[in-house]
Amino acid sequence: MENPKIIEASEVVVRFSGDSGDGMQLAGTIFSTVAAILGNEISTFPDYPAEMRAPRGSLGGVSSFQVHVGKKVYTPGDQCDVLVAMNPAALKQNVKFLKKGGVLIYDEDTFVQSELAKAKFATLDPFTEMGIADKYQLVGVPVTESTKASLADTGMDAKSVARCRNIFALGFVFWLFNRPLKKAEEFLTSKFAKKPEILQANLKVITDGYNYGANTHASVSTYRVETRKAEPGIYCDVKGNAATAYGLVAAAENAGIRLFLGSYPITPATDILHELSKLKFLDVITVQAEDEVSGICTAIGAAFGGALGVTSTSGPGIALKSEAIGLAVMAELPLVVIDVMRGGPSTGLPTKTEQTDLMQCIYGRNGESPCVVMAASTPVDCFNAAYNASKIALEHNTPVILLTDAFLGNGSSSLRIPEPDSLPPIKPAIATADMADSYEPYARDPETFVRLKAIPGTEGLMHRVGGLEKDEHGAISTNPEVHQKMVRNRQAKIDSIANVIPELEVMGDADADTIVIGWGGTFGHISAAVENLRAEGVKLAQAHFEYIVPLPTNTSEVLRKYKNILCCELNNGQFAAYLRSKVEGISIKEFNEVKGQPFQIRDIEEAIISVVKG
Amino acid sequence: MQRAMAELGIAPSQTAVISGIGCSSRMPYYMNTYGMHTIHGRGLAIATGLKVARPDLTVWNVTGDGDCLAIGGNHFIHAMRRNIDLNIILFNNKIYGLTKGQYSPTSDRGLVTKSSPWGTVEDPFCPAELCIGARGTFFARAIDGDIKNSIVAMKAAVGHKGASVVEMLCNCVIFADGIHKLVTDPAVRADKTILLEDGKPMIYGKNRDKGLVLDGWNIKSVTLGENGITEKDLLVHDAKMADPILHLKLAMMGYSPYGYAGATDELPIALGVIRNVEGISYDEAVAGQIEEVKGKKKARTLRELLLSGDTWEVK
Repeated sequence: MENPKIIEASEVVVRFSGDSGDGMQLAGTIFSTVAAILGNEISTFPDYPAEMRAPRGSLGGVSSFQVHVGKKVYTPGDQCDVLVAMNPAALKQNVKFLKKGGVLIYDEDTFVQSELAKAKFATLDPFTEMGIADKYQLVGVPVTESTKASLADTGMDAKSVARCRNIFALGFVFWLFNRPLKKAEEFLTSKFAKKPEILQANLKVITDGYNYGANTHASVSTYRVETRKAEPGIYCDVKGNAATAYGLVAAAENAGIRLFLGSYPITPATDILHELSKLKFLDVITVQAEDEVSGICTAIGAAFGGALGVTSTSGPGIALKSEAIGLAVMAELPLVVIDVMRGGPSTGLPTKTEQTDLMQCIYGRNGESPCVVMAASTPVDCFNAAYNASKIALEHNTPVILLTDAFLGNGSSSLRIPEPDSLPPIKPAIATADMADSYEPYARDPETFVRLKAIPGTEGLMHRVGGLEKDEHGAISTNPEVHQKMVRNRQAKIDSIANVIPELEVMGDADADTIVIGWGGTFGHISAAVENLRAEGVKLAQAHFEYIVPLPTNTSEVLRKYKNILCCELNNGQFAAYLRSKVEGISIKEFNEVKGQPFQIRDIEEAIISVVKG
Repeated sequence: MQRAMAELGIAPSQTAVISGIGCSSRMPYYMNTYGMHTIHGRGLAIATGLKVARPDLTVWNVTGDGDCLAIGGNHFIHAMRRNIDLNIILFNNKIYGLTKGQYSPTSDRGLVTKSSPWGTVEDPFCPAELCIGARGTFFARAIDGDIKNSIVAMKAAVGHKGASVVEMLCNCVIFADGIHKLVTDPAVRADKTILLEDGKPMIYGKNRDKGLVLDGWNIKSVTLGENGITEKDLLVHDAKMADPILHLKLAMMGYSPYGYAGATDELPIALGVIRNVEGISYDEAVAGQIEEVKGKKKARTLRELLLSGDTWEVK
């Protein structure tokens, strides 16, 4: 049934919230996947508690999933147009994200005294108590009772029935957004292929939820979201961590070598281990190591053996891996280290996002120990970044640290599946058996300072590498001049990589005198803020850094052009401090936040305005 | 080690020697193989990654009592548990030599060193006990001066599929000279040690007149010819017995200070291949699983995989 009151929107933000056990992540994932299939751009933000299973219905146990769908989408959005609250605690925790006049869908069956008390409401009327009764379109839906009624004839136990509530609510949201149920049914069919009973139950409740909306809520405005013509190709929906995993696989395929991941589980990086462990049929080796140190050391061993050695972790793991990264620097072995940054210091905020590991990754090792540091800017960019990190590691025989973060790793968007041969070739810098007469393990290319690595098993190239300083022939040396030379050579090797990475691209107005810069996962938020202000007539330029060590060759030239440089990052100004040390004579203003959350676009806008106004 | 490999016909180019840090760890530089001298305690983790990625190579880990059992202890027990096919030569001199003489995790209680001027107040690990306790499948012990039996032990280690530990009792002439001399001194060695050989009765002694028998739960030393005891009464070594209890008791002989019932100073220290049990090696299992999963999944490239999932086309 078509609803007469349809709002045409170029974009819309929906936030699903409920208890951690209510399946909000699944409901949100189905909604965003279907949106992507229908041609929307999507960006998602799962926000879940670190304490898995706080008491049911409590404020600490609330889990939510925000998805932004539309024609041109950079971020999951600051605020939502539609909020789904499966219980009073979810309402209390999430109502602050709902735009004025937005639609609040809540399970009215849970708004009873016991649940309200768990959410620390003093009265039985939470809407009046919070002063929101007139601010939103309140849509009470008897989700719990309707789900029970829907499944009454199936003989399922009460617990299993309760688990289907999220899908009933999702059916209602599908009606609200005029989304075809068929795509959701396909998703559910593949997800629950091995559990036919649960599949049938979910297919029934999603239809009933949809029909409930169509039959009883004709007065609520519904949405039709515009789609955008994307670059032709075949797309799939991926989360950032999966995109990272796929980028590594693509790199190993292109280089014609084995992919080896050594990793110890750590939030929020573990999904990279999960994804790659699924891909054994693509010849991927994963070792779940006994600790972080072993994670990287097994990867170094595999790299010595000729594989693409990778380790994945988050901030505390980088701290533990530092000494081994230094070994890979010294032995000049290819290695990809992925840091999915989370809130710190120490255990910090394991499930939340931050950019606070930058200095640790650039400098956090003993000795002069340079390695490449780069950062992915969107969930889908994790694919390219992982691919490029692998390419640099293998072609320059160096460790590369790739920074992503919890926001990118857990967020999803649409990946255009690359055509065969569309990715740049990867040619590992290795010595071959015909070089047996002349091979020296630390002889270097005069331009790139890259040494050729000999792979064990190759006849005639036997040699030793290791953590002790060596001369060019591979013999241990404590000669002061040799050490000085080798320190300079290792640095020159990293510096020369600037010649093979893209120049810094400047976006925005050519005549702007203010440039907004950032790096990594803040790209979407900064871009949205810059575009919003430019639409209002503010002249702005923007540049976003993917490569941090080394910096693009034109960095100084670009930055010196602007009167104002505003650097936005989710730390206390680490990148700004680094830039100041690398580019002389520039003045950088900072907008920094360390809340464990992504930026709010409007906050960046305010910061830009205050800089522009001087 | 080079002789063991030569006798086994393994080419140096197919061999990698991985070491950590310590006096023992200079070994790769003396070998004409592929080698990596890594960082303190991590040799086994690096060797594990190498062996899993390259099961075709023969991989050695050369380590010491500090490298392997202190800073690298975690990697050691997990290498044992996984049964990764590495050959681990553990040089045990019961001291930290490279840092000029501190006690190690195998130093006897009370040992006076630079960091324990009034004697240590902690008990040592016995490497065999840790190995077997962590489900190790191969343990051998040799005296570093005894080249013949060292080679026998190393060759057996290479032949064993899985993690093989060869403990080399060795001297640090500077900081722990004579640390094992109670058993290694030629004058007493025959009476203080027993060379265990698979399938052979446990006989030892300068005059080959002593043997080992089981007395209840305990191992007891007996003299052949006394009390009617003949060779037939002696224990016969079975290194391939899966049950580790007797191997543990044999390996712990002579380690009486640690309070093991039945272990007394009268018993000789066991040398030779004490335990050599077949198990599934980790590298084989990893490779086997990859082949098995290939039989279940059609995709052979990332593109094939992604195209077989949920996709949509934009034209």
